Amino acid sequence: MTEKLMTEADVVARLRSGMTVGIGGWGSRRKPMSLVRALLRSDVTDLTVVAYGGPDVGLLLAAGKVRHLVYGFVSLDSIPLEPHFRAARESGAVTVTEYDEGMLQWGLRAAANRLPFLPCRAGLGSDVLRSAPDLKTVRSPYGDEEFVAMPAIRLDAALIHMNRADATGNGQYLGIDPYFDDLFSQAADATYLSTEKVVPTEQLLAGGPPQSLLIQRWHVTGVVEAPHGAHFTSCEPDYGRDEAFQKRYAQAAGDPAAWAEFEREYLAGTEQSYQESVGATA
Amino acid sequence: MTEVIATGAPADHDPDTATLAEICAVACARAWEGDGEILASPITLIPSIGARLARATTDPDLLLSDGEASLAAGTWAVGDEPPLIEGWLPYRTVFDLVASGRRHVMMGPVQLDRYGNANLSAIGDFARPKRALLGMRGAPGNTVNHPTSYWVGRHSPRVFVEKVDVVCGIGYDTAKASGPTALEFLDLRRVVTNLAVLDFGSADHALRLVSTHPGVTVEEVQEATGFPLTLADEVVTTPLPTAPELQLIREVIDPKGLREREVRPR
Repeated sequence: MTEKLMTEADVVARLRSGMTVGIGGWGSRRKPMSLVRALLRSDVTDLTVVAYGGPDVGLLLAAGKVRHLVYGFVSLDSIPLEPHFRAARESGAVTVTEYDEGMLQWGLRAAANRLPFLPCRAGLGSDVLRSAPDLKTVRSPYGDEEFVAMPAIRLDAALIHMNRADATGNGQYLGIDPYFDDLFSQAADATYLSTEKVVPTEQLLAGGPPQSLLIQRWHVTGVVEAPHGAHFTSCEPDYGRDEAFQKRYAQAAGDPAAWAEFEREYLAGTEQSYQESVGATA
Repeated sequence: MTEVIATGAPADHDPDTATLAEICAVACARAWEGDGEILASPITLIPSIGARLARATTDPDLLLSDGEASLAAGTWAVGDEPPLIEGWLPYRTVFDLVASGRRHVMMGPVQLDRYGNANLSAIGDFARPKRALLGMRGAPGNTVNHPTSYWVGRHSPRVFVEKVDVVCGIGYDTAKASGPTALEFLDLRRVVTNLAVLDFGSADHALRLVSTHPGVTVEEVQEATGFPLTLADEVVTTPLPTAPELQLIREVIDPKGLREREVRPR
């Protein structure tokens, strides 16, 4: 069977400027942060990013990697407003499509099902239609109702983080919420999965029941072993959110000098040096 | 060490001792009255106290989330882990519930207007906001699919505006302009603030003043609202909590008194 093990750098080498990239997780929870940090170190830019956004979106915005952002919200959960997102919106540095949370899921589902759209009520009457002027409505062929025709959100690539995976890309979540990582993988031409630990296939079920095997290998192009890779977002039950570090991140983001210092301290080096520096502060 | 046994009279839960925060929490609880076996989704502290109180008293069939991805049974304190889990509620299931209509959310809008449009997204021009907020979150889907109520901790003309900057939760005028499908399940129920209880029960669904909290006049509520309010035939005083309600709030649901930091006495 094809082994798909690769490094963060290998993943980024397969991404191109201008791509549409979906990022799994939710807010500041189970984000593939080591892959995002690798993107920050690359010259890939001009991305369309699709996410239930958290610091993944914030970091990519701060690094000027994002041309267009598609989201239902961007939040750090325990800190409601993502500071880089707020700054980018207020300075007009990024164009956005702001969907209702359920619509975003619906667009990924349409893409996963190879449908051009799926009908929904969400969005009717709201300024989602103002934010996304291309959004059209569709009349039911069975009645008179008029629905939003949520367009498929097809992704060139999806980045997701799992608690465990095998080398062929079978991915397992051990927390309580799968979020929408399976949908992101199904909507993408290529999915890159980072994981806390790569285990032999025969050990997957030692960690959790078959229904915890959320990601199927046929969707996965690359598997990256990234212990602590979701830091500083949560990756339950392996670890919770690093609230102290998130606070430091948010405070630094509010001030250009402090942010430059934060970048120097944590983001300028390798993933290994990042992990060493945050481990030292824990 | 000698064990100290409390010998005083039981704590006094006389309704006259109710604080503004407690009056607000009970007014929030009433929003879910008669809803039956649906998911009550309170956003922020005071609505959360209200929803737990509603289930502990008038509406035992309500479903409540633990704030993460589980459905919790029983009555438990805000900030604590629930004693008993009765179901699984990942975000995907919440979206299914929203579309099914079996949910009643109470959200905290940054702006709310005369016909119930609510803004959580941005202040100013959407394309280049003066102040960017969270985003649409689930407000468009919530309002078009199932009952929605609102909690406003600081009733002021900055919140209650003639027209919201960004329509996230839809109101009766925008829904009507959109067409009958948008109106089909639109059901804006109750608006609870630190001054009053309001609803959209008037003939044209304009925001209507139902009751003012003890000591608050109709004029004060009008002054704190950025557009002319419709008045109920008889604007009454918001009912005080009962002694059993006060006991539940003070001893079981919010024993640390977090509510008093969120709603300060006037």
